[in-house]
Amino acid sequence: MNVPVIEVRALTKRYGEVPAIRDVDFTVSRGSTCALLGGNGAGKTTTLAMLLGLLVPTAGCIRVFGEDMSRHRYRVLGRMNFSSPYVDLPQRLTVAENLTVYGHLYGVQGVRKRIRMLGDELDLNEFMRRPYRSLSAGQRTRVSLAKALLNEPELLLLDEPTASLDPDTADRVRSYLMDYQQRRQATVFFASHNMPEVERVCDDVIMLRQGRVVDRGTPATLIAHYGRRNLEEVFLDIARDTDVEPAHRQAVQ
Amino acid sequence: MTGSADKCLSLRRIGAMALRYLYLLRSSGPRLLELFYWPTVQLVLWGFITQFFMTNSTWVAQASGVLLAAVLLWDVMFRGQLGVSLAFTEEMYSRNLGHLFVSPLRPYELVTALLLISLVRTLIGISAAAVLAIPLYNYSIFELGLPLLTFFFNLIVMGWAIGLIVAAVVLRYGLGAESLAWIAIFAVAPVSGIYYPISVLPGWLQPVAWLLPSAYVFEGMRAIMFDSLVRLDLMAKAAALNAIYLGMGVAVFLYSFRVARERGTLLHVGE
Repeated sequence: MNVPVIEVRALTKRYGEVPAIRDVDFTVSRGSTCALLGGNGAGKTTTLAMLLGLLVPTAGCIRVFGEDMSRHRYRVLGRMNFSSPYVDLPQRLTVAENLTVYGHLYGVQGVRKRIRMLGDELDLNEFMRRPYRSLSAGQRTRVSLAKALLNEPELLLLDEPTASLDPDTADRVRSYLMDYQQRRQATVFFASHNMPEVERVCDDVIMLRQGRVVDRGTPATLIAHYGRRNLEEVFLDIARDTDVEPAHRQAVQ
Repeated sequence: MTGSADKCLSLRRIGAMALRYLYLLRSSGPRLLELFYWPTVQLVLWGFITQFFMTNSTWVAQASGVLLAAVLLWDVMFRGQLGVSLAFTEEMYSRNLGHLFVSPLRPYELVTALLLISLVRTLIGISAAAVLAIPLYNYSIFELGLPLLTFFFNLIVMGWAIGLIVAAVVLRYGLGAESLAWIAIFAVAPVSGIYYPISVLPGWLQPVAWLLPSAYVFEGMRAIMFDSLVRLDLMAKAAALNAIYLGMGVAVFLYSFRVARERGTLLHVGE
């Protein structure tokens, strides 16, 4: 039986009386690249934080690799990793020092060799000895990505993986991630606002609005469903709560 | 590629965090200087005070090093607490907690690493001042002998307990509470009997003093210096109290971590 890598059931998170996530259900299968889309405040980061075990749900259940995250998250944390341009690494440590520390935290065998490999693949070598604080936003994003790939995770959770990158670097990073996903048969789950990126790399999209899943499908299915030309227009429809039926009818016709 | 991620306690992960703090220490000259600076300034100040009292106080004249020993031992407790609190606030400054706690690192492994690095920082800072006292004031704290070890460990453990509680408060209330790291320990200074016997305190305050391991340590120190008596009973009481306080410190920190996971502050905590 193919156990989903991520299984979310009736997931709810409230901060006091304010609901952030409401009764969300979804599964993500092994080897897929799934994007979580939604406007600001839709609940993407909250969902990611709960998947990572950083945030305790108010109700519902999250299983990753079949393990209940509320009770056994340490059984699976070593098989997953996370990157976000909004969560920093220690500023005063050099890139190499940061990667060494995280390599040991993840129990990576042959940490130096792995860091050298990632340095080559993600083009980090020129600033490997520089403190993290001295790097540009784009360089930091690449270092954060290298940290996320140190343990060759089976599940990679990414928050805006190409934010702050110039188009050329972003394209190379995207290609690298797609190659990694195929090579490792890894599952990639990410939150993004970059719709062309999602169209290019994802085979599954979950749309969130005000803490609820409002639609789901492949980028092509969603575009057809909403009768739009691209995912960005679909996103705008959902974010602005546009009545989709006319467009949908037009698409069907 | 990876191993041992599901071990409940991993020396490798503790070592990784200790390495992180050593890298930090190595990266900053001012941080290293700060380790030596305050203990040395304190030593020089109390050295001159001792010299003055040697001719003006019969009490100090009976045991010339009593004030110097006191200031060095007090700094053990202060450095021990700072070592824990400041290392933890570094994680908050660097907004690194989100990355740390999506790794297999357990909160109690972080606590162990904080205690380790606090020990290293304290040893560096205090050793320099203790060695400097020998040529400057012809006083060696090492003359206290083996009991010095029990004094040291009892005081640093009390510092750790306070440091962990401060870290828990900072995790709960954010970096606005970080100044507690510098002032919290001074709340217990007046009742610790650092420079005077506990009997000097008002009667109603003495029972409070005897709730603190530090009071037993400083009384034990004076028993050696004035009466050449090694009071093992005092050290045993201090150790028993420390076991309770350290347990409380760890529990409060872990509780604060749990609350942070409920409130979602681990991902966004920072300046």
